[in-house]
This record gives sequence, structure tokens and C-alpha cells, in this order.
Amino acid sequence: MSLIEIKNVNFSYNEMDKLALKNINLNVDRGEFVAVIGANGSGKSTLAKLLNVLLKPDEGEVLVDGLSTSNNENTWDIRQEVGMVFQNPDNQLVASMVEDDVAFGPENLGIPGPEIRKRVDHALELVEMEGYQKHAPHKLSGGQKQRVAIAGVIAMEPISIVLDEPTAMLDPQGREEVMDTILNLNKNKNITVVHITHFMEEIIYADKILVMSQGEIVKRGTPREIFHNLEELEQIDLAVPEVVKLADELRKAGINIPEVLSIDELVNSLC
Amino acid sequence: MLIELKNVTHVYEQQNVMALDNVSLSIDKNEFIGLVGHTGSGKSTLVQLFNGLINPTDGKVFIDGTKINSEKINLKDIRRKIGLVFQYPEHQLFEETVYEDIAFGPKNLDLSKEKTDKRVKEAMELVDLDFEEFHNRSPFNLSGGQQRRVAIAGVLAMGPEVLILDEPSAGLDPKGRERLIELLYYLHQNYNMTIILISHRMEEIARLSNRVIVLDNGKIVMDDHPRKIFSQRQKLQELGLDIPEITLVLNKLKNKGFNVRTDLFKISEAKNEILAELRGKKNVN
Repeated sequence: MSLIEIKNVNFSYNEMDKLALKNINLNVDRGEFVAVIGANGSGKSTLAKLLNVLLKPDEGEVLVDGLSTSNNENTWDIRQEVGMVFQNPDNQLVASMVEDDVAFGPENLGIPGPEIRKRVDHALELVEMEGYQKHAPHKLSGGQKQRVAIAGVIAMEPISIVLDEPTAMLDPQGREEVMDTILNLNKNKNITVVHITHFMEEIIYADKILVMSQGEIVKRGTPREIFHNLEELEQIDLAVPEVVKLADELRKAGINIPEVLSIDELVNSLC
Repeated sequence: MLIELKNVTHVYEQQNVMALDNVSLSIDKNEFIGLVGHTGSGKSTLVQLFNGLINPTDGKVFIDGTKINSEKINLKDIRRKIGLVFQYPEHQLFEETVYEDIAFGPKNLDLSKEKTDKRVKEAMELVDLDFEEFHNRSPFNLSGGQQRRVAIAGVLAMGPEVLILDEPSAGLDPKGRERLIELLYYLHQNYNMTIILISHRMEEIARLSNRVIVLDNGKIVMDDHPRKIFSQRQKLQELGLDIPEITLVLNKLKNKGFNVRTDLFKISEAKNEILAELRGKKNVN
């Protein structure tokens, strides 16, 4: 059984509106890293919100670890298993001290004090923010804030994390910090990741990429499969990483290089 | 000189943070400036000084030769001349229709109904929003990208000489970003606008600007042509900044012994440079 199963899901925000999600079918396995890309308004965030019961499908079913999100009794169990991280770190941090912020979730679960202490320290260590327990969140950099937000989710000990454009508001260094953190959690802690982004450079690490357009999943595959057909991607208004385009141009000019996704792959294939 | 700062220091007293530290700077008409630096380096503070939204703690700001931080100056004139598009400007939309929102600025300039009308239409055309289709709609029912364009149109309708944009492409999808880049290029070329663009995306900065200013810790640490800036990979890395992807490819090739330039950032330029090297047509220095 897959960790997350979405079966024939339709969703609209308003009965009069057109469907925000149309006939979505998706399985996410334990430990997988799934990236979701697509234009603004294509349904990415709506999909994310279905995964931790911020929204429920109008038709079809979303199952997390076998539990249906449509059954109200499952809501809190599912939210504990599927943590969410959003775009703006300032809207997610509520306390005046980092450790209180990270402890907020577990405290609401009624977990005893000593266990919370352990979880908070461990979570901060995992996002490389150990030593910041007593710091004020508003004085941290964007990347640090976002890592504290991720620690808050980790402290709930979820099986999976859904991140909705977590790097959109960060500078390049902050983006790198957050991506390193996400990859570390996925590869070393076996946490299932669903990562929504506009940055094509961030999806090359994914096991599976979903491309959304107008409420539908229009394409799915490994990064190599997705970036194989550049013209098709541009038709659905998605940008291809510049390095992939450069490789494509060189290939058209007769240089024999394999398909590459990253800068280092291109450089190595030329040398 | 259009904008001039002399020994400007700005301290946020409540937080006890020195956001700008003795900055001097001149900006000419029709420059396209890329303003970069990591979060907290002072970029947003700097541009808010340009249109009098905040006053320097110390030092002077001149617009068109006039010192703006004195009681005699009408800040309304300054803000008409210098348009500022904030980060996530769509969060500030508030009127019931797209038309009303864009017309808000021109109306405050006491323009006639006809002139306001003309300004709104022109601004909507510039940002590629069809007047008939959109003018009566609520801005809150538009997509994020469309909302962003309404907000930018509101600033353009003021008819500014200088347009300052703080991370205007953050959160936009690739197509929305491409449209925005084209708009800025068009405004710079066809309206002779002076543009100051804050962005974390070095590809954007490299494509558009003819001068790049790098801030670090409240000081200007680099100020040069983009080619000169982006060929200093080491220094930028130390400042927590990227170089464009294409430039990084060339840098890495050079480190592996390729005889290629490292001050290029367009795909076509890089392609020709690499092809020339691979085919051995380049003279070895």
C-alpha cells in the first residue's frame, strides 16, 4: 500500500466555479521525494491542502496510510502524519523563542514535557539549528526561519512533509540551506517529501515529478523523462533550467553529450 | 544626477539595527540598476530612502539636485516621480474593481476623469491586462500573477520617471516571470524609464541591468557592469550570492582547463564560446 493514495479526486472551491482539481490519481510511496510543478493557478497548492485535510475532495478519495481524509475522525491522525510548510516563514512562526515555536505542535498533542524537550532539541539538530533554542525567530534570516518552521513539523514526528513553495521568498543562500535540509530529511531520515516549487533546479533530486496544468496532472515521470522534451514543457509554460537548455543547444550544434540535469553533469560530460 | 545619496546612514532605532552604513551613491537618468545582496543587507531600506518613505538617520538624499528630507519639500512630487513596487504588492490591493485600484494614484494627483481614464488604460495595456475584460472585475478574484500586474499598473499609472521594484518576480511562475522581464525591458527602452530592480535571481539581473550594485551589511561592496560583477564568483560566494547558471558552467569548465571566458551569461554566448573551444578554433593565449 502506498503511503498516500489519491483516487479519482475532483475539487472545486465554489460550486459555480470550474474544477480546481480534475480527476487526480496519484500514489506516493514511503520515502519517496515527489516534486510538483506547474503554472500559478494550476492546482498545486490545492493538491497540497488535500493531503493534510485543509481541504476535502468533492469526489473521490484521499488516503493517508490507509486513512481517508473524508472521515472527520481521521483528521488529527492524518495531520500528525503529514506536516505542512508554507511559503512565508513569517506567517508560520508564532512564539517569541525558537524552542517554543518548535514545541508548539507537540504540546498540542499533549506530549509530556521531557519528551517535548527531547523532540525539540532533536528537530533543531536535524535542521542544523542547534544552539538557537533561546533565539528570537524574528531576528533570524529567511533560511533560518524556514528551517525552524520545518523543525516544528519534524517535532510532530510525521511520516511525510508537504512543502508549498518553501523557498520562494528566500535569497540564494537561504534556498540552498532549506533544500539541503529537505534532502537530508528525505535521504537520511526516510521522510516522504512532496515539494511544490517554481524553481526547476530544485526538482532534479526528485524521484518523481508531477506537472500540473489547469487542475490536472498532465505529465509525470523522473526528472530525466520530464526534461527530455523541452518544446513540450515550454508549451505548458514551464521553464527549463538554463543548463538543460545550453546542453540542448550544444547537442543541436553537433556536440555529443548525454542528457544532463545539473551544472556538474554538463561540465563533466564536456571534459 | 537623478538620485544622489551622500554619506547616508540609517538606523532602525527600535531594533537597534544599522541598516545602512555611510552609503554614497549616484544614479543617472535611464540607468537600469540591479540591486543585490542577501536578506538583511539593506536593499529595501535603501530604496525606501529614494522616495522619502523613510528619512536617513544621518546624511543627505537628493532627487534631481534637491535635498528631499526637509519640511519644504512636497513628498507627493517625489513619489509621483519615483514609483516603488513593494514585495508582494498584490497584498496591498484594496479597491472593489481593478479600475478603481489602478486609478487610485492618478486620482490623488488631482487628474481629471479623462486623464485618469487614459492613464489607467495605458497602464493596463503595458502590463498586458485587457481593459474591457478586467476593468470591472474584483482584484481579489484574479490569479496571483494577474494581481501582481494590477499592482504594478497602479504604480505605472502615476507616470513615474523612476521605477523601483523589490523582488517583483518572487512567487511568479516561469511564464509570469518572463512577461515581467519583457515589461521592464520595454519600459526601459521605450519610455526611457530609470529602473532599479531588486532580485535574488541573478539570471534576471544579468539579462536586464547595465549596472549592478551589491550591498552587504549596509555597505556598498561592489558597483560595476554586470560582466565585471559576475566574473567574480569567489567574492560573490563569500557574500552569500549566486552567479547566473550559465556563468557557473563556464567557471567550472575553466577550472577544468577549458580556455573560456567567464563573464558571459547568455545561453547563446556560452554555446558559441564552448563550441569554439571544443573545435579548437580559439587561439591559445
